[in-house]
Amino acid sequence: MSNTLDNLVRMANQIATNLKHEPDPVGAMAEHIRLFWDPRMKQIIFAHDGTGLSPDAAKAIDALKASA
Amino acid sequence: MTYQPQTDFGTPASRSEDQVTLTIDGRETTVPAGTSVMRAASEQGTAIPKLCATDSLASFGSCRLCLVEIEGRRGTPASCTTPVEPGMVVHTQTPHLAKLRKGVMELYISDHPLDCLTCAANGDCELQDQAGNVGLRDVRYAADATHLGQTKDHSNPYFDFDPSKCIACSRCVRACDEVQGTLALTVQGRGFDSKISAGLASDNFFGSECVSCGACVQACPTATLVEKSVVEIGTPERAVVTTCAYCGVGCTFRAEMRGEQLVRMVPWKDGKANRGHSCVKGRFAWGYAQHQDRILKPMIRAAASDPWREVEWEEAFAYAASELKRISAKYGKQALGGITSSRCTNEETFLVQKLIRAGFGNNNVDTCARVCHSPTGYGLKTTFGTSAGTQDFDSVEDSDVILVIGANPTDGHPVFASRMKRRLRAGAKLIVIDPRRTDLVRSPHIEAQHHLALRPGTNVAVLTAMAHTIVTEGLVDEAFVRERCDWNEFKDWADFVSLERNSPETLEPVTQVPAADLRAAARLYATGGNGAIYYGLGVTEHSQGSSTVMAIANLAMATGNIGHRGVGVNPLRGQNNVQGACDMGSFPHELPGYRHISDAATRREFEAEWGVALDPEPGLRIPNMLDAATDGVFKALYVQGEDILQSDPNTQHVAAGLAAMECVIVHDLFLNETANYAHIFLPGSTFLEKNGTFTNAERRIQMVRKVMTPLNGLEDWEVTQELARALGLDWNYTHPSEIMDEVARLTPSFSGVSFDKLDEEGSLQWPVNEAAPNGSPIMHIDGFVRGKGKFVVTDYVPTDEKTGPRFPLLLTTGRILSHYNVGAQTRRTNNVVWHEEDLLEIHPTDAENRGIKSGDWVKLASRAGETTLRATVTERVAPGVVYTTFHHPMTQANVVTTDYSDWATNCPEYKVTAVQISSSNGPTNWQEGYDQHARNARRIETAEAAE
Repeated sequence: MSNTLDNLVRMANQIATNLKHEPDPVGAMAEHIRLFWDPRMKQIIFAHDGTGLSPDAAKAIDALKASA
Repeated sequence: MTYQPQTDFGTPASRSEDQVTLTIDGRETTVPAGTSVMRAASEQGTAIPKLCATDSLASFGSCRLCLVEIEGRRGTPASCTTPVEPGMVVHTQTPHLAKLRKGVMELYISDHPLDCLTCAANGDCELQDQAGNVGLRDVRYAADATHLGQTKDHSNPYFDFDPSKCIACSRCVRACDEVQGTLALTVQGRGFDSKISAGLASDNFFGSECVSCGACVQACPTATLVEKSVVEIGTPERAVVTTCAYCGVGCTFRAEMRGEQLVRMVPWKDGKANRGHSCVKGRFAWGYAQHQDRILKPMIRAAASDPWREVEWEEAFAYAASELKRISAKYGKQALGGITSSRCTNEETFLVQKLIRAGFGNNNVDTCARVCHSPTGYGLKTTFGTSAGTQDFDSVEDSDVILVIGANPTDGHPVFASRMKRRLRAGAKLIVIDPRRTDLVRSPHIEAQHHLALRPGTNVAVLTAMAHTIVTEGLVDEAFVRERCDWNEFKDWADFVSLERNSPETLEPVTQVPAADLRAAARLYATGGNGAIYYGLGVTEHSQGSSTVMAIANLAMATGNIGHRGVGVNPLRGQNNVQGACDMGSFPHELPGYRHISDAATRREFEAEWGVALDPEPGLRIPNMLDAATDGVFKALYVQGEDILQSDPNTQHVAAGLAAMECVIVHDLFLNETANYAHIFLPGSTFLEKNGTFTNAERRIQMVRKVMTPLNGLEDWEVTQELARALGLDWNYTHPSEIMDEVARLTPSFSGVSFDKLDEEGSLQWPVNEAAPNGSPIMHIDGFVRGKGKFVVTDYVPTDEKTGPRFPLLLTTGRILSHYNVGAQTRRTNNVVWHEEDLLEIHPTDAENRGIKSGDWVKLASRAGETTLRATVTERVAPGVVYTTFHHPMTQANVVTTDYSDWATNCPEYKVTAVQISSSNGPTNWQEGYDQHARNARRIETAEAAE
């Protein structure tokens, strides 16, 4: 499972970095993951303790998790 | 239709809107100003004899056969070079003209072999026809000095050149110049000594610069240049118009047949994508359709290590269905998924995604666009509102500045490249942004004003620096932006790109593009008139592929280069139906027409039509499927017409994913590399064996027509339907037209599309709906589909793939002219004579530092893996950059590419891999092991003899 988690953490950080200029970067990232990640990917990242995630990525995932 | 040659009006059509009325042979006729007398006569049904004229070429006036008499004029002017004039009175047939023509014809025939009965062009020869037309009955001249008996040139694998039959009309030379733009042919000598030559007199066709597009063969009025297939089989007896199954240009061809045997593919002059031109692949490389490697019987096996066992279709469908049901019951329905193909028709693709959504019960469907143009879909939908290019190909005729970034159209999209080159030779300016010095940078009569040879992976930095120049130097089309775009978003973007950190000078150390060159290129694009951007996979296959697409869209909007002919943002699609596969709902988050699966209203429409509840959550993308497989939770995959093992990145990871699945169903023409891990093989049909539609890079939907019975017995849509029925779905399509009708019912942008309408119009560019019943050649004319155009800040983020002491070079990958994608088709044709293996391009300095010479075997190693191939030392690549193709499975170029990908779409970062090159004396352990594995995996159990 760790390889998949590593990929997801990297992807989340990439998304956060590339959306940082959006007016609401955290909201934009949460929406991106909602739109494009399948439920299992979301479950894995929701279950993750946040290690390796950038601050914006962590916030976005927390926000999405709270709304799920 | 029964065989008729394509109508030849003799000279090209005039585009003038002014009309001229004249009289030809007593009949009044009206044509556009600038039309030749020959064409005017032809359009009214009067065929003036001709030899050197053909309507794909500018008039030449050399053969002297098309003479006419014009009242009030002296002499007998050539009708091909004489433009019509108001009130002109023309006579095309008089005793004087007949005598002159017969005399001219007599001279031609006096130096032509009289072997018509055994000639390959017998019955399809313009010289023969014209001799009859002018009434030539005998030849009075003695054959003292002739060109007869000259040596034939058989060197080209697809056509022969017999100089003895040449009449020196120069049509072949002019076709190479005007249509193809390669200028490989020439006329050596003068007068009687004139001889057509490919390159130097010492060259043959194969050794010359000829690219085998076939334009010369098509233009030849005799059997001087003739297809080998015609020599072997004979002339065709019927022709069917269909669409090429190679690249995204979407050339239409006449499949010219004898019975069910294909004699030749001839580009259709009325084809709106190719306008009568072709390339070596579409014109000649169709032999794979009958290749002995084709698998024609379904096969199954319990384990991928077992030999295959041939079975009847019924058993194959029953076994596949039972396995899919077993796995769904054991692991849950999310353990299943499928991949649609950009090589298959819209109808086939629609059915596969429908099977997965309605039959498998999830959205685990993806397509090969994932690994090529998925960032185009994301980027253009975000900025413009539509996941597609903005123009038709004709638009390039009005371009003043052409910016090509990350594309190599002369190799990847050769027919469109020829049209682009024609415009460049006519004076349009060219900017090329590419790490390699592609052929387009400098070719006969073409030279890029600017070649920005950027460091791989810095596209966004280069485009942002161009934007910086445009904004800070006051070159923005403010009126356009204020009217058409969101002004606040523009201001945010303009403020960002204006930052000093985005200036060409600051970014020069990153991009390695001289700032002055970059500024000059930006000024040219912004101020040079109609500016059009064409791009390919060198844009999308990066960790910032989607950002690059949006950066391109930003530039086009900022300069007002959107919404009319000559401008636009034009993705050059790799495969024939990439656009269509995406349109048909192949992505896991979208239903057909790019509507998100989470949208309840859209879902309800499909649920009502299909009679099932749809999962509202997006499904797995290809790399996520493979991750899930190695995690042990994704167990079954139906792959139609794709070879993910060879085409997708990080081959070892793909192999591990496939090996972890319990049921891999491969539906293909051949036992491809993915099939080495498959449990069920469903034989596919070629584009010649089925009906349907493809959608090309211009959003042009075109008919694919069945010209022969499928060798495997079923068209691909029938195979998918039978699989669906075996799973319990009540599908009863009797023809692909019914599938398109369903697409039209469910997809607003296709609402006006039907097979009848396509037959009537020839082709349609979506959207086709009430507002645009005949389609939409150019998009965003009065406004963007999304409303206001959206500027998106695209900040350059360096890739995680870094060079360093262990891997100091950057590998980028691409294609060549003679091969297509993974080579499954082209490797099974004579195209292999041009490219027998993948080669590694390396700069002389890097080669010298490593003691490598052209032809040496080298090891190509990255963090992901290593392979070996032979090197070619060339200055095409910059120091620090190496390049190769991925057309051959034993090279396994994707063993070294990584699973880094685009941030928005997971499109792999094929174009940037840190590597090291060293000398090698043989294949790697992986290559040897894989070769053995492939041999084992392709074993087919011999059927037991009957008692």
